[in-house]
Amino acid sequence: MKLDARIPSGPIEKKWEKCRFDMKLVNPANKRKFSVIVVGTGLAGGSAAATMGELGYNVKAFCFQDSPRRAHSIAAQGGINAAKNYQNDGDSIYRLFYDTVKGGDFRAREANVYRLAEISVNIIDQCVAQGVPFAREYGGLLANRSFGGAQVSRTFYARGQTGQQLLLGCYQALERQVQAGRVTMYARHEMLELIVIGGKARGIVTRNLVTGKIESHIADAVVLATGGYGNVFYLSTNAKGSNTTAIWRAHRKGALFANPCFTQIHPTCIPVSGDYQSKLTLMSESLRNDGRIWVPVQKGDKRKPSQIPEGERDYYLERRYPSFGNLVPRDVASRAAKGACDEGRGVGETGLGVYLDFGDAIRRLGKGVVAERYGNLFEMYERITGEDPYTVPMRIFPAIHYTMGGLWVDYRLMSTIPGLFVIGEANFSDHGANRLGASALMQGLADGYFVLPYTIGDYLANTKLDMVDASHAEARQAEADANGQVKKLLGIGGKRTVDSFHREMGKMMWDECGMSRNAKGLEKAIGRIAELEQEFWKNVTVTGAGEELNQSLEKAGRLADFFELAQLMCRDAKERNESCGGHFREEFQTPEGEAMRNDDDYCYAAAWEYKGPGKKHELHREALSFEYVHLAQRSYK
Amino acid sequence: MKLTLHIWRQKNASSPGKMVRYETDANEHMSFLEMLDVLNEGLIAKGEEPVAFDHDCREGICGSCGFVINGVAHGPLPSTTVCQLHMRHFKDGDELYLEPWRAAAFPVIKDLVVDRSAFDRIIAAGGYISVSTGSAVDANALPVRKKDSDMAMDAAQCIGCGACVAACPNASASLFLSAKMSHLGLLPQGQPERMERALNMVAAANEGLFGSCTNIGECEAVCPKGIRLEFIARMNRDFLKAAWTFRQERVESD
Ligand SMILES: Cc1cc2nc3c(=O)[nH]c(=O)nc-3n(C[C@H](O)[C@H](O)[C@H](O)COP(=O)(O)OP(=O)(O)OC[C@H]3O[C@@H](n4cnc5c(N)ncnc54)[C@H](O)[C@@H]3O)c2cc1C
Ligand code: FES
Repeated sequence: MKLDARIPSGPIEKKWEKCRFDMKLVNPANKRKFSVIVVGTGLAGGSAAATMGELGYNVKAFCFQDSPRRAHSIAAQGGINAAKNYQNDGDSIYRLFYDTVKGGDFRAREANVYRLAEISVNIIDQCVAQGVPFAREYGGLLANRSFGGAQVSRTFYARGQTGQQLLLGCYQALERQVQAGRVTMYARHEMLELIVIGGKARGIVTRNLVTGKIESHIADAVVLATGGYGNVFYLSTNAKGSNTTAIWRAHRKGALFANPCFTQIHPTCIPVSGDYQSKLTLMSESLRNDGRIWVPVQKGDKRKPSQIPEGERDYYLERRYPSFGNLVPRDVASRAAKGACDEGRGVGETGLGVYLDFGDAIRRLGKGVVAERYGNLFEMYERITGEDPYTVPMRIFPAIHYTMGGLWVDYRLMSTIPGLFVIGEANFSDHGANRLGASALMQGLADGYFVLPYTIGDYLANTKLDMVDASHAEARQAEADANGQVKKLLGIGGKRTVDSFHREMGKMMWDECGMSRNAKGLEKAIGRIAELEQEFWKNVTVTGAGEELNQSLEKAGRLADFFELAQLMCRDAKERNESCGGHFREEFQTPEGEAMRNDDDYCYAAAWEYKGPGKKHELHREALSFEYVHLAQRSYK
Repeated sequence: MKLTLHIWRQKNASSPGKMVRYETDANEHMSFLEMLDVLNEGLIAKGEEPVAFDHDCREGICGSCGFVINGVAHGPLPSTTVCQLHMRHFKDGDELYLEPWRAAAFPVIKDLVVDRSAFDRIIAAGGYISVSTGSAVDANALPVRKKDSDMAMDAAQCIGCGACVAACPNASASLFLSAKMSHLGLLPQGQPERMERALNMVAAANEGLFGSCTNIGECEAVCPKGIRLEFIARMNRDFLKAAWTFRQERVESD
């Protein structure tokens, strides 16, 4: 299989314009003759569905929550980047592009990243027009803050609830189209299969989560906007329902899966407190603007933080990376925290934590200013830990947060299955091996508002689509497969709960395919996960019936797909004999312990092809070339 | 700590439900939902059906979770959703009664899960600014007074959980409605549609079987996001003005 990314020719700043000009348009009157399915109504899917509705397409949108307003995007806290240069601090589209390529450790496609930076400015305009209440200065203009991996202030935010406000803007635009009759919304529906007819994506099979009814939906194109798969680790900052099922099922039908092992570990999360723990809570990266990270100089120092004098504290990020200090990118900050804990200098009961201290900021700015900037995050911290971060430094530890990997897409966001588009966190496109803070929201909205609605039009205008309906043999087969899986899961009648399996697999993934990896450990994990998967299919217990709301059944189906994905992630991590971004292979590091890339052999996106149940995946490579941002070791010193 | 739970169990919308008693263990670091997870793991191990409840983010922001604990929506801690409520606020031997939101507009689907789609229909009726993608001007071309923007943000924080409706003796959706109307109505972008918005959203709420507001204030007391009653006053002003203007315009155009 030859991977063609369809990157337009010409200089980078003209590529998107050229692409838009070259694309065929669908005449307005014809748009209503086309139907599009959008699975997922987070920032990516919601914005895409709303915009395509506005353009006149017939859109069917799906989400598993009870309302599109609850997609996981709602939880994003810190902000969204845009190259507005409102602060006059030297920002530009080119700089945002440069920072993102470098932040991604040179494993993203330059052309995509440039387009993202270019579109970033339109997103802010659109969102403000919708009424998103971004933070403002006293003069009434928009405020900005800084995020990791950048030396300019380009992050727009709405207190600590930026994702919420952006998603509500997008949800409201979507509901406007629902009212207008252009979008039909199917909440509490889960996609279980993709329908491929004549080599093209033509529909999906869903389960109505209230009645259990399994049915097919047919359309002219399918868009997956189903978010990330961080929950493969069980504990992550993702919402509990976030899953891989939609993209994994599409993968099994022929869509290549790219860079599955590129996972982002966020440095500032609340540490784990017990084995009943169901998720990890992020403390926004924006806190690193004013908070200082430290551990005691002495190993095993059990004194209270207030009793440790200044001279016996190691502000290790400021020491090791003087120019970026506490604002180094996430992968660097996470590894440094792990390093400090591995040396026995971690804090808190478990020793798996470092301090994030606001003492200086409060002295410098006053409690009021700190409260205005981070008040709701401080409250959340106190609610969970029972400690007051105004007086006691926060304890934080890295946690799984985001997945850069996802279905492979070309420049036009189409997967290797014609007619199947993938947007938002579900695709692999823009962040390379490490995503910079505040750029997922930007990517989701760029894809959904400004890229996909164009590129899908070109596909529809250029493609001959046969008339098909749900009685087609492929649709029936996909339905039968979905039904079969439900029956199988309900019929096992074993002894272990779904969650107990998920926890066990998640722990293996965290230990062997988490913050640092090595070939031996990965090999071991692949074997053990396969064994656990086998046990799952013999010994899981799923109570209740298929024809009703059944949350254990939902979880079991998702876990079944996570098992397969986990093995591919380990294989991908093992195959990549280098360290880059969030992928840190212990065998490949510089003498100072920094990630060591191998551009001669691994400057590519790894795109995996499914070859059938129990068969080994086949690796395809999309070579990456860097014409603008020259390959160099990242330095944040 | 040992707890006695009485939980509303109802198989589906058409079956009758009843309170069922459970004994369970918890520790103080758990969240309330983690305590229920542990209970559910035990039930599944015994071959019984786990208690169904909605949840997703478990960070107090998605608005999925919510039920009544001992008569109070989201339980005893102010400004806190059940997913953010930790067991350290309870003590050994406590007896807790868990029930779903009760309102004609929110029919029970199963156990503690209710259907809140009426909220989506209210937003669809007018809870937006009509601006199609691509038609926006530069974001800083439109300065907004910081005070207005901050207050709009206060209102915009509503998570649509439905606690306000569950707590209101009239099952009114006024706090929810007023939060959206105030968010958009406080901003310059929201002015052109302000009046229609008020009329259409209120009409949708009436169709959705929500009751009317008699200023009791229970909604504000349980709101996990601290949405204030004063927003209801703003909404009422807008609604009255809109109803009056609308009638006026109709008279003039006749
Ligand atoms: C706690 C937290 C804080 C964050 N903060 C920031 C930040 O400050 N800035 C930033 O840029 N990024 C941030 N991120 C990352 C960012 O929020 C996400 O990457 C982004 O919101 C993903 O958007 P999405 O539209 O791709 O997917 P999601 O918002 O995850 O939406 C997925 C959608 O797909 C649906 N779905 C999934 N599977 C199925 C299925 N099988 N069938 C039907 N529907 C399905 C869901 O119902 C949902 O509607 C944060 C992430 C977390 C976890
Ligand atoms: S689960 Fe999201 S608000 Fe409680």
